[in-house]
Amino acid sequence: MARLYEFQSKKLLKEGGIRVPEGEVACSPDEVRQITQRIGKPVVLKIQVWLTGRAGLGGIQFAETSEEAENKASKIFGTKVKNFVIDKILIEEKLKIKSEYFAGLVIDDSKKSPLLIFSSVGGTGIEEIARSHPESVSRASIDVLTGLKDYEARNLIRRTKISGKLLLQLSDVLTKFYNVARQYDARSAEMNPLVLTEDNLVYAADCHLTIDDYAVFRHPELGIEVAREFDRPPTWLEKIAYQVEEKDHRGTFYFFQMAEEVSKKDKFIGFHGAGGGGSMMSMDAVLNRGFKLANYCDTSGNPSASKVYRASKIILSQPNIRGYFASGSGVASQEQYHSARGMVKAFHEEKLSIPGIIRLGGNFEEKAIEILGTYLKDIPAKVEGYGRDDSPEFCAQRLEELIKENQPAYHEVKPVVDPALPKNCYFFETMTGKLSIDHNKCPDCRTKGCIEACKAEILKLEDGKPVLSVSQEEAKKGKCTECLACEIFCTFHEQDAIFIHLPIPGLREYREEIVKKSKE
Amino acid sequence: MSVLVNEKSRVVVQGITGREGTVRTRLMKDYNTRVVAGVTPGKGGGKVHGVPVFDSVVEAWENVGQIDISVIFVPAFLVKNAALEAIDAGVKLLVLVPDRVPIFDVLEIIRLAQDKEARFVGPNTLGLVSPGKAVLGMIGGRAERAKEWFCPGDIGVSSRSGGMTSAISYYLTEEGLGQSTIIHVGGDAILGLSHPEIMELFEQDDETRMVVMFGEIGTTQEERVADLIETGKFTKPLIAFIGGKAAKSGTRFSHAGAIIEGSRGSYESKVKRLKEVGVHVADSVSDIPKIAKKLKNSNYSRDR
Repeated sequence: MARLYEFQSKKLLKEGGIRVPEGEVACSPDEVRQITQRIGKPVVLKIQVWLTGRAGLGGIQFAETSEEAENKASKIFGTKVKNFVIDKILIEEKLKIKSEYFAGLVIDDSKKSPLLIFSSVGGTGIEEIARSHPESVSRASIDVLTGLKDYEARNLIRRTKISGKLLLQLSDVLTKFYNVARQYDARSAEMNPLVLTEDNLVYAADCHLTIDDYAVFRHPELGIEVAREFDRPPTWLEKIAYQVEEKDHRGTFYFFQMAEEVSKKDKFIGFHGAGGGGSMMSMDAVLNRGFKLANYCDTSGNPSASKVYRASKIILSQPNIRGYFASGSGVASQEQYHSARGMVKAFHEEKLSIPGIIRLGGNFEEKAIEILGTYLKDIPAKVEGYGRDDSPEFCAQRLEELIKENQPAYHEVKPVVDPALPKNCYFFETMTGKLSIDHNKCPDCRTKGCIEACKAEILKLEDGKPVLSVSQEEAKKGKCTECLACEIFCTFHEQDAIFIHLPIPGLREYREEIVKKSKE
Repeated sequence: MSVLVNEKSRVVVQGITGREGTVRTRLMKDYNTRVVAGVTPGKGGGKVHGVPVFDSVVEAWENVGQIDISVIFVPAFLVKNAALEAIDAGVKLLVLVPDRVPIFDVLEIIRLAQDKEARFVGPNTLGLVSPGKAVLGMIGGRAERAKEWFCPGDIGVSSRSGGMTSAISYYLTEEGLGQSTIIHVGGDAILGLSHPEIMELFEQDDETRMVVMFGEIGTTQEERVADLIETGKFTKPLIAFIGGKAAKSGTRFSHAGAIIEGSRGSYESKVKRLKEVGVHVADSVSDIPKIAKKLKNSNYSRDR
């Protein structure tokens, strides 16, 4: 679930007709002063983070004057609150609050419908209040086809013993609130507190929306960079990974970093799972061996070999990991040789020197394990392939044994190097990259095995040289499945004439930074 | 017997000309699933692995006759329309394979399915298989594998993880324990048929004598299964495993979620509730076949 900051959420509420305090977000003490001057009243300073209980963390402060606001803000900017470095503060007029309420929307999995909750008591500790004063809380399931009707909203509020003009004010806010949440595909939404001021106006004093990851594509205006659930802003590497997922819809690729810093003191490994359930089981196995995970990664749902390749390259952009552990459910329905080829290409390019345990049980696992065994013999690291009858526990144990023997012990991140391709190469574009064939080398090839290796059957021989048998457009549209089989065959059995360039935007800059840091 | 699908079920594949649609049609055909038609708007008239392709579900129905099940392989953002088309045409069971279907789309499909008394598995499901009879979706990947991994028997399998659906069933097969129907209910929070509904189906199925359930942290599905057992609506022996013990308990999504679910949804809550009502909770997946074997040897006694 992609979370929105308070200031973003409030903007959407305002557009939806709900009253919010006058305010603006500031990125520097200077801006804080200017905004406070514009508001011309006492203000509240609210740090913009995805945390609850900000007041207790010193993240909510009040100021009477613009100087005081600027002063206080300058002490907040740049500080660290849990996982957040404070770079945004919302400056708002301070409300004169008479009473506080709570309104929230969730998707209820048991009723399979949106559920609206209203409480006549709001503010901090709402869960506790709901438990000790159940009569102050009411809830209503909403028919997603008709939305929240105004009388439903009135009934919901009436059950908490609110009546009269306030009943009408609040029910109006609730119907608008549901409409905003629905319009933006909110997975959850809440206003806490929703307040009544001394001049009898209802304001959303605080608000949080989280947008359904799967619907983020409908709302480009929200500018969500990474549609994933995070309790902190996404890291640089996570953003790079997310771009890969965005541009290739074949299968799923999920990546997040689990350690702030991968130190040499702990036993960190790169983790590459496949499928949620199998990944969790595999994670348990390595964690039980005392390993720590630098990252969590999942490539599943029948990903292309190119996607798995990119996932491996991203995992191997983390310095100081001591091993590479890939393991899924063990009985995967997807063709496992795609994953094997993706890893072979990545491990070769990286000249991998830390041990890898690759558990690729499932469809065509024999072929997948054979690919790993055949093509990873001459890299510095020891990589072993396993199948469905080898348990994650056994595989974790093997990794531990290999790591003990291994020297050098830590993975070193190398700069991204583009291949030097000869001039006048034959090439065509693929869905996410570019395939080149150095035809000068083809006369020495005896087997022409690339033609047979291409299961998509898009290569044919012309004067003894492989060329496309479909149009360039068709190849780019997906006829070339980026299965990497032709490249791997040519590299290891023939003339090393075929190369598939699969760029990862942003990785070059990222690795430059990592390399620079490691030299410091 | 089996649940939801058998060798007689007449199946249409929506999105049959796409990458997955084409490949998995072959899996289903090779497994002897009765795939009677495919649908891709604009591509009617052709054939995929011998299956005639039509422009719409209604057109398919008019040409090939009754359709019982639609398996949907279209891009996520088109799933709602495809599902509504099938429901409107009168199809009573859908299998929504795609991942990343927006949650409000799923809620709308649920509402319309209720109106027309249709049901669906998924979204984000590998599918289901009644061993020896028929397979729907992509479970097993290829027919030879599906035949090798799953064998007919009397254990129902319901799982929230696709890979683990196959893994558990394969490990049961290895122990000589066959399955009645194997269902991946889907990985999302909101599902057409979730664990409790599947348990009710298995309860009605004479052939199913025991059930294995793979649960995960999050949602209230497993707790609701415990409720069913407590109220006598599910009476067969149940073996459960809950994944996600090691996952760090994340920050709550919202206060509202906490008010509604309380402590439900956590690993501890699920295990406690299931044990309370006498479910055999396995500590590790590899224990499942052992427990199943023991239960079978005691002739599925309900003595827990």
